[in-house]
Amino acid sequence: MTEHAESPIGTYLAVFVTLLVMTALTTWVAFHDWGALNTPIALAIAVFKGSLVVWFFMHVRYSARLTQIVVVSGFFWLLILFSFTLSDYLSRGMLPFPGK
Amino acid sequence: MADAQAHAQDLEPTALQHQFDSLEQQFDASVLGMWVFLVTEIMFFGGLFMAYIVYRTWYPDSFAAGSHHLDVTLGMTNTMVLIASSLTMALAVWAGQQGNRFRQVLFLGLTLLFGFAFLGIKAYEYWEKFQDHLVPGPNFVWDGPGNPHAVQIFYSLYFAMTGLHALHMVVGAGIMITLLVMAARGRFTRQWSTPLEIGGLYWHFVDIVWIFLFPLLYLIERHV
Repeated sequence: MTEHAESPIGTYLAVFVTLLVMTALTTWVAFHDWGALNTPIALAIAVFKGSLVVWFFMHVRYSARLTQIVVVSGFFWLLILFSFTLSDYLSRGMLPFPGK
Repeated sequence: MADAQAHAQDLEPTALQHQFDSLEQQFDASVLGMWVFLVTEIMFFGGLFMAYIVYRTWYPDSFAAGSHHLDVTLGMTNTMVLIASSLTMALAVWAGQQGNRFRQVLFLGLTLLFGFAFLGIKAYEYWEKFQDHLVPGPNFVWDGPGNPHAVQIFYSLYFAMTGLHALHMVVGAGIMITLLVMAARGRFTRQWSTPLEIGGLYWHFVDIVWIFLFPLLYLIERHV
């Protein structure tokens, strides 16, 4: 907690400005058509913004290794929820059923 | 003020609880515990995001139509307000590490102010939706493009997700007020300011949820 004695204000301001620019960017991008990439671009920007908050504002870069593992595992479990559920919903009707 | 802080430090029985080896270990344990809670929060919101993903893949056009009725300007403004509140929160935590009471109170106050600004704008948006009969239920009216039932599902998810988020903001405001009182009383010292760090983690988490809600709810296929 006290290893980073140097002032973090410069870093915080840089993160703050980046987050504002990314918010403007994701809004601008949404008003243009990128075809199938519309949602992936929006999500990529959101993931980038969220990662900045976790890494800098929430101090995970200075946290104990155990804490870092818990953070990553939390988001990993969320991906398990999404991927297993979607593997059901998205694959429905992909295979023909005999007699149907 | 420096004297008052030194005095407050003297009054502190011992910052280190007996079950920990060091202040650092004690601090790491608190942060780890908070993150375990935040992981349960991730899964809590995750269920709603999952429902959103499934229904949006089923009704993409109706979700886009429903999304077009949300106010992007207000949504973007609120995103920026929350980002600003995250900055002031981070600065409040830093002021805690410095043991600077004035800055703690200043930045916590600003964070609280931004939080209320967010809730005010959100309340105005909700009011608009009530005016436009876009609140799911017997009075829901939709004569735009898309399947009205599917648009109603979009608005159900909109109110559930932003409502749960707003509830977290209200809880966050309560935490900010508590921290503000503690800071004003000089409870936080260079040695011990863990509640600021823990409260900050909560506040930033709520910010992250909104960072995902904004594009997913407000920005679907806006180019059409």
